[in-house]
Amino acid sequence: MNIIVCIKQVPDSEAQVKIASDGKALDLDQVKFVLNPYDEFAVEEAIRIKEKKGDGTVTVVSLGPPRVKDALRSALAMGADQAVLLWDPAFEGLDSHGTAVLLSRYLAGQTYDLILLGKQAIDDDMSYIGPALADLLKLPLVSVVTKLEFSPDYKTAFAQREGERGVEKIEVSLPAVLTAQKGLNEPRYASLMGIMKAKKKEIQEVNAAALGMEGSGTSDLVKSRVTKLDYPPKRPPGKIVPGDAATAAKELVRLLREEAKII
Amino acid sequence: MFLSERHEAFRKEVREFAEHELPNLRIQEKEEENVFPKAAVELLIRQGLTGVPFPEKYGGAGKDTLSYCITVEEISRVWGSLGLTLAAHISLGSYPIYHFGTEEQKQKYLAPLARGEVLGSFGLTEPGAGSDASATKTVAEPGDGHYVLSGSKNFITTANYADTFVVTAVTDRTKGAKGISAFIVERNFPGFSIGKKEDKLGLRASDTATLVFDNCQVPEENLLGQEGQGFKIFMVTLDGGRISIGAMALGIAQASLDECLEYVRTHKLQDEQWVQEKIADMTARIQAARHLVYHSAWKKDAGEPFGKESAIAKYFASETATGSASSAISIMGLDGISKRYPAERFFRDAKLTEIGEGTSQIQKIVIARNLFKERGLL
Amino acid sequence: MKLELTADQQAFQEEVRKFAQKELAPKAAYHDKTQEFPVESLKKMAEMGLLGMSVPAEYDGAGVDSVTYAVVILEISKADASCGVIVAVQNSLVALPLYKWGTEEQKQKFLKPLAAGLRIGAYCLTEPNVGSDPGDMETTAVMEGDHYILNGTKTFITSAQKAETFVVFAATDRKAGNKGISCFVVDRETPGLSVGPKEDMLGVRASGTAAVTFENCKIPVGNRLGQEGGGFRIAMEALDCGRIGIAAQAIGIAEAAFEASLQYSRERKQFGQPIGDFQMIQAMLVKMATEIEASRLLLYLAAYKKDKGERYSKESSMAKLFASKMAVENTINAVQIFGGYGYTKDYPVERHMRDSKVTEIYEGTSQIQNLVIAKAIAK
Repeated sequence: MNIIVCIKQVPDSEAQVKIASDGKALDLDQVKFVLNPYDEFAVEEAIRIKEKKGDGTVTVVSLGPPRVKDALRSALAMGADQAVLLWDPAFEGLDSHGTAVLLSRYLAGQTYDLILLGKQAIDDDMSYIGPALADLLKLPLVSVVTKLEFSPDYKTAFAQREGERGVEKIEVSLPAVLTAQKGLNEPRYASLMGIMKAKKKEIQEVNAAALGMEGSGTSDLVKSRVTKLDYPPKRPPGKIVPGDAATAAKELVRLLREEAKII
Repeated sequence: MFLSERHEAFRKEVREFAEHELPNLRIQEKEEENVFPKAAVELLIRQGLTGVPFPEKYGGAGKDTLSYCITVEEISRVWGSLGLTLAAHISLGSYPIYHFGTEEQKQKYLAPLARGEVLGSFGLTEPGAGSDASATKTVAEPGDGHYVLSGSKNFITTANYADTFVVTAVTDRTKGAKGISAFIVERNFPGFSIGKKEDKLGLRASDTATLVFDNCQVPEENLLGQEGQGFKIFMVTLDGGRISIGAMALGIAQASLDECLEYVRTHKLQDEQWVQEKIADMTARIQAARHLVYHSAWKKDAGEPFGKESAIAKYFASETATGSASSAISIMGLDGISKRYPAERFFRDAKLTEIGEGTSQIQKIVIARNLFKERGLL
Repeated sequence: MKLELTADQQAFQEEVRKFAQKELAPKAAYHDKTQEFPVESLKKMAEMGLLGMSVPAEYDGAGVDSVTYAVVILEISKADASCGVIVAVQNSLVALPLYKWGTEEQKQKFLKPLAAGLRIGAYCLTEPNVGSDPGDMETTAVMEGDHYILNGTKTFITSAQKAETFVVFAATDRKAGNKGISCFVVDRETPGLSVGPKEDMLGVRASGTAAVTFENCKIPVGNRLGQEGGGFRIAMEALDCGRIGIAAQAIGIAEAAFEASLQYSRERKQFGQPIGDFQMIQAMLVKMATEIEASRLLLYLAAYKKDKGERYSKESSMAKLFASKMAVENTINAVQIFGGYGYTKDYPVERHMRDSKVTEIYEGTSQIQNLVIAKAIAK
């Protein structure tokens, strides 16, 4: 069973990010990066599937600059077997679509039974790559999965999705693209041994030429551009309703009804 | 230190009482379970210790501040929580009424407090006004024959068990510290209630909780002193209160040393130099602290200014208490850490004396500023 | 000279810190209050390889160096000091002597499950009536045929409540003083072994500390670690390393108190400004920051020397002596910075203050460290 997990490196959720001077990108100079938390669920699930089945390989793949190797090593430290980084200076400025196209070109040349991803990355929240990969690779997609099981021959996956109003159970034939939701599992912490092993592993690097885009550049891959980034509006200050309990309560009800219009 | 025979006899009396009566009350259990020592307070009343420094005509024992210090020291030597409860009752709950109250207020409120019929408490600290008491937010709006208090006070000693509370509130927002006044509030006044009870590191049997004033009506005649005099009232009250926290710290420090000496005896550690060094250090500091505490009490009794002295006494005695308790544990080793011995309780209890009624940092500011004033630098 | 962690050590530090802050820290107050031994947390730490850090992979350990060990204990203790001491004892006082002195058979049988974290270990040296001289030991082991009969009581044994493997020191020859002490590996199931009630303590309250009594316990000769009479050396060498763990624990506790204090000093306002702007508060924060750094350097030096295979007994004593005193003083100050709030259980600093005190005492009191250092510098 060969499982491929596509991951993304994202700024730590606790990092304070600033908008760069051009107003179109984030200033990531001082930011600490981590493996996207939803991708952690995907990596964990892949390792568990392999451990349970007793054979197979887990390959983590990412597209991004050399710093992304840290995220790949995090996945290796958790127990992934091999890692691949797609990078070339020519990839600078790719949008989600371009990224999906290049990932699909790489994956087209690989053998796999399952492709796992997080349901979205916590930096841009696009939720683009999973569905796009399925489309480009002509594979079935089940997104936002909270539970995953397999038929005894591992030809069929039984996925569960949870909505606000109920649970949906889906049967899907493999290979397929599945995206992981919180609750799918509890990702493990890397062991000291795992971290040491990960350090020793080679990360395979794949450049533009290897993806068949020598000289063509990425301009025809990019379909969308960020035109402007803005900070969210400051929250209006809270309001304290004065007076004794009885009058304040009346006033509060009035405000909730007439001003906030929520009751 | 020279103490009169009268004081020595009084100490002997209080010590015998504390050593014989209090340990029967399952101190360790009450501390663990956060249970207020009602039975112990009953014993203090029976022993006539609830109004030591007040004249007999107000139900007190008619003794001096030094005798009061000795009382708090000896009670705290056995049970810190009880020592704190007593110190708060006398210095904070009763003394401002004695010092600033009208004759009527004294008859009505001080006498039952001094006789121990009710317990007293003092509400100054607020969530936003700790060391900075001038940041008081609780307000007292004048009404028809009464004031209406709104706000809350936290970290109030004996809140759940006191009947009489001296509290501060702002009567004039435009005047800053001079717009604060003091009031005597009875537990059963409408709009008065007790909020959250604190779960503390030490002195766990003493009660600490929040006072809540929700349009609490306080009769005009319960204004203590003049309007706008509140800041002065609590400054004077805390000057005196510091002496009793110093005495309490002294009692805890002495208890740590005594516990340690017993351990040295049973474990035959007399020949160890490292033990001698620690014991000598504790002894020297405790001796010095005792002089400082008694000296500030003596100055107060002599009618002299004692603000600087009481700050010095509290600062030094409280650090002596924490240090001595820590050293006692070090000498006793793992037994010192264990709850089978009281040393760890002394360590937990001692720490409060560096914080309550003005932190050590505030004491240092008081000391320096007083000295600067004395020397014409301010 | 290079004063920084290697890339590997940094990676270990980062992962353990993430784990400790997310998994251990939120439960620390609960464990302190209930005194519940952190069984679930230990399982997770076992999976991360934290229960047999210095043991090589061939015996199911992680095989990392002592600097890493120090860094890991520091991070764990920063989140929960009880977990810190349990893991420190497991690694340096139980697994390490077994690795160094155990026969191949003993390693297979006892060390492997300990290093993998499948079993928790305890180190039984302290006795009620033994002061600084282990030569006065009252626990005895008398050889009878192919086994020893073990009798005696050990007190204040970390993890005793749940430990399954006990490293026990007993006098095989009471006339020979230190040279009459031997070391044994004792299984919890051994008839005659009983664990007393949990010791109710000021700090490290979830460390499962209790007394262990041996009443005519039959211990196979094959369970003796090292030579007969070689126990004292084993005990002392284990403690040399143990002190690195306790110094790391002390620094972890102080660091937690420092970070809480620093944050609070920015948030809490009095007299119209954050209290952190007052010189007296700054002085306390500066003392914390400076002394934590100094302690950390002493700690790393001891661990570094151990990794280089040099004598490090003096350095580990200095690190423990300095760091433990530093932790007590600075956690007391942390409570001071928090004022009345620090005295309540709504904030963690009162726990840090309680947890810190024992670091001056266990695995050799400050007085013992003085003796060790005095002897070393007089040479």
